[in-house]
Amino acid sequence: MKDPTPVLSLRGMVKRFGPVVAADHIDLDLNRGEVLALLGENGAGKTTLMNMLFGQYTPDAGSVHVWDEHGVEHILPSGQPQAAIEARIGMVHQHFTLAENLSVVDNILLGTERLLHLNRNRRTARAKLEALMTHSGLIVPLDARVRDLSVGERQRVEILKALYRDVRILVLDEPTAVLTPQEADMLFTSVRSMVANGLSVIFISHKLREVLAFSDRIAVLRHGAKMGEMTTEEADTRSIIRMMIGEEHDMPERIPGTPQDVVLSLDAITVTPGKDGRGVTNIDLDLRRGEIIGIAGVSGNGQSALARVLSGLLVPDGGTLEIAGKRIDRLTPGKALAQGIGRIPEDRHHDGIIAALSVAENLVIERLDAPDVQRAGFLRRDAIASHAEALCTAYDVRGPGIAANSALLSGGNIQKLILARVLETHPDVILANQPTRGLDFRAASEVSRRLIEARDRGAGVILISEDLDEVLSLADRVLVMHGGQLTETASRDRSAIGQLMAGQAA
Amino acid sequence: MMDILQIFLSDNFWAASLRIATPLIFGVLGALLCERSGVLNLGIEGIFVVGAMMGWLIAYLTGSLWLGVMAAALSGALFGVFHAVLTVPLGLSQHVSGLGITMFATALMSFSYRTAFPQVSSPPRIEPFRALDIPVLSDLPFVGPVLFQQTAMTWLALGLVAVVWWVMERTALGVAIKAVGDNPDAVNAQGLSVIRLRMGAVIAGSALMALGGAFLTMSAFDAFFFGMVNGRGWICIALVIFASWQPGKALLGALLFGMFDALQVRLQTEAGALIPGQVFLMVPYVLSIVALILAARKADYPRALLKPWFKGQR
Repeated sequence: MKDPTPVLSLRGMVKRFGPVVAADHIDLDLNRGEVLALLGENGAGKTTLMNMLFGQYTPDAGSVHVWDEHGVEHILPSGQPQAAIEARIGMVHQHFTLAENLSVVDNILLGTERLLHLNRNRRTARAKLEALMTHSGLIVPLDARVRDLSVGERQRVEILKALYRDVRILVLDEPTAVLTPQEADMLFTSVRSMVANGLSVIFISHKLREVLAFSDRIAVLRHGAKMGEMTTEEADTRSIIRMMIGEEHDMPERIPGTPQDVVLSLDAITVTPGKDGRGVTNIDLDLRRGEIIGIAGVSGNGQSALARVLSGLLVPDGGTLEIAGKRIDRLTPGKALAQGIGRIPEDRHHDGIIAALSVAENLVIERLDAPDVQRAGFLRRDAIASHAEALCTAYDVRGPGIAANSALLSGGNIQKLILARVLETHPDVILANQPTRGLDFRAASEVSRRLIEARDRGAGVILISEDLDEVLSLADRVLVMHGGQLTETASRDRSAIGQLMAGQAA
Repeated sequence: MMDILQIFLSDNFWAASLRIATPLIFGVLGALLCERSGVLNLGIEGIFVVGAMMGWLIAYLTGSLWLGVMAAALSGALFGVFHAVLTVPLGLSQHVSGLGITMFATALMSFSYRTAFPQVSSPPRIEPFRALDIPVLSDLPFVGPVLFQQTAMTWLALGLVAVVWWVMERTALGVAIKAVGDNPDAVNAQGLSVIRLRMGAVIAGSALMALGGAFLTMSAFDAFFFGMVNGRGWICIALVIFASWQPGKALLGALLFGMFDALQVRLQTEAGALIPGQVFLMVPYVLSIVALILAARKADYPRALLKPWFKGQR
């Protein structure tokens, strides 16, 4: 059974930002050799809580208690990152905190060496690192520059960074967000073996499947308060979701679409890799009306290039593109719109809206020439406003009103605004690039529902997503993108698709 | 054509190149240190003026050249503190703060000069650094005049190249400075202070820049004139990009510019009758732009350059 020795206890943690209570008297206990999963939707207070633990935020109330190896209790002074480091608490952030211009060793040793020494003695440090790598199974090339490493390798560097400082408590913030299923499994195996040696882990994740497979205990936060705790053995997806969102929520069953004629056809589309990322090679794709094509894969494998080609932002270096049987030579964003391609961009804040314009203006931004938007070059403000009111009601876009800057909307509402703008015009083709990334359950399932609705209306949908579960639950056909190449797979088996995502033939 | 070849063969030309390069070496090292930590210091042009004026003034008042050098470095560091406070903890625009410091420092130095010497028609002179005449070595043919008849400040500049290289490549401090210019979050997460590292780099870098100015009044000339810095600071800002933020290449860049400038003077005397002298004055700048175009296209900017960092924000 689990060792019941406590190592960490957060007691009555409170943090307010102005009128918002981001953490409301949260208690959390962690035992030695235990994996505690911390669950909650965006804004539930997970990050705030961890930032208080690490001294990044000073809590308004509450205290952090840590027990050292001898079982002596210490209270960490609040608001001091150094205190958390000295208490041997380490964190692996979701967004890596690595200096890309430095080597792996330099990144790991950063902050552990005396700054004003004239020389560095690296021999003992390296020996310790080598030993750590063998023990944990986290292998990285020590002298490579971080910028040359893959995301999976960077993840390992982050963990080694913590382990090198002999952490006793490790916080993993969404560690698998950028990993293939195989890389994630490797990571869990490594962490498990370290936990067996006495490490304690707090594991923050959105992916319920992982949480159920990997944790010992689950704590759920909602709106800044702890909703409850359970052992993983007694938990199931339904009960966790109920605790997270406060209501029953069924995962929708996939209902297959009825594919009709081909609406979009790509033949040997090639983009040579440029400064701004990966290219694609020889992409062949036929999209039919009434189907959703799901493109799975780890980000950075050419998805952006493909999306940019389809949006008209990038003219491919080779290959042809046909829309409804008509060949289009130089697709521009304007032509894409005119041809009925609706676009839900990956970076909704930057590419999806113009933050300085109002909600109402953003809703008509793709069809400024339409007669209900302008007359003789003058905007029809009343018509635009009533149009916006109608769409916001229909798509449940919530915020400070249609005249407010769209920058003031939350991520979920921005996405609903974009959906409303795209779907209103009944496009034949919908390109949805990471449409639910970072959205909470309700907003994400609303997006999924709308995409299925559009498909059933007769649109062809291309869904690009890193979230394999999302692809599997929505897509009629599954393709995998790796290294700029697109492979169709008939299999809906996670590990087979995972192998394709890692570039191995299934 | 033969005349141009003659120029390249003369020891005199190469000695001049190194002399002209010296203030640029100081400046480029200073800019490199600041920018490696993520802070652009456009105060450099003004800090050159500060170094030139303060170094000369203290040397004039005390009669000690080395006291003057120290005063220059200290006053440069003081303006570095100014820029660092504005741009690091307060996170203000590095461009605006830097240009402001350049204008402020230039004007302040002119004002101080006029206040200190209200009645003089020609600027008071000091006894500048003399060429170090190293026995035996300075008598070597060619190498002797080029290398071993320079002043102590040129040797200081060359020595500092080695020091900065050692710090950046061989010490934990250098690693931390490079890291803070690439990803301050990484530095913070490892328990080091982003603010202190950046401020330290900016202050030290500014002290180096001021030494470049001090060279002008205490080694190249023997007095302080208005407008004597004449864009050398801006050249350093360009050279640091040319150098890809590496001390060795910084030295190379400064020497290259020094060479163009020395060449320009000699071309004027050679061909001045045919072509107006102003055309030759452009040569070093035109060639610098060309060199920059070739080198800077693949320049590897410190990723966090110009980006202020605040605690608890990402």
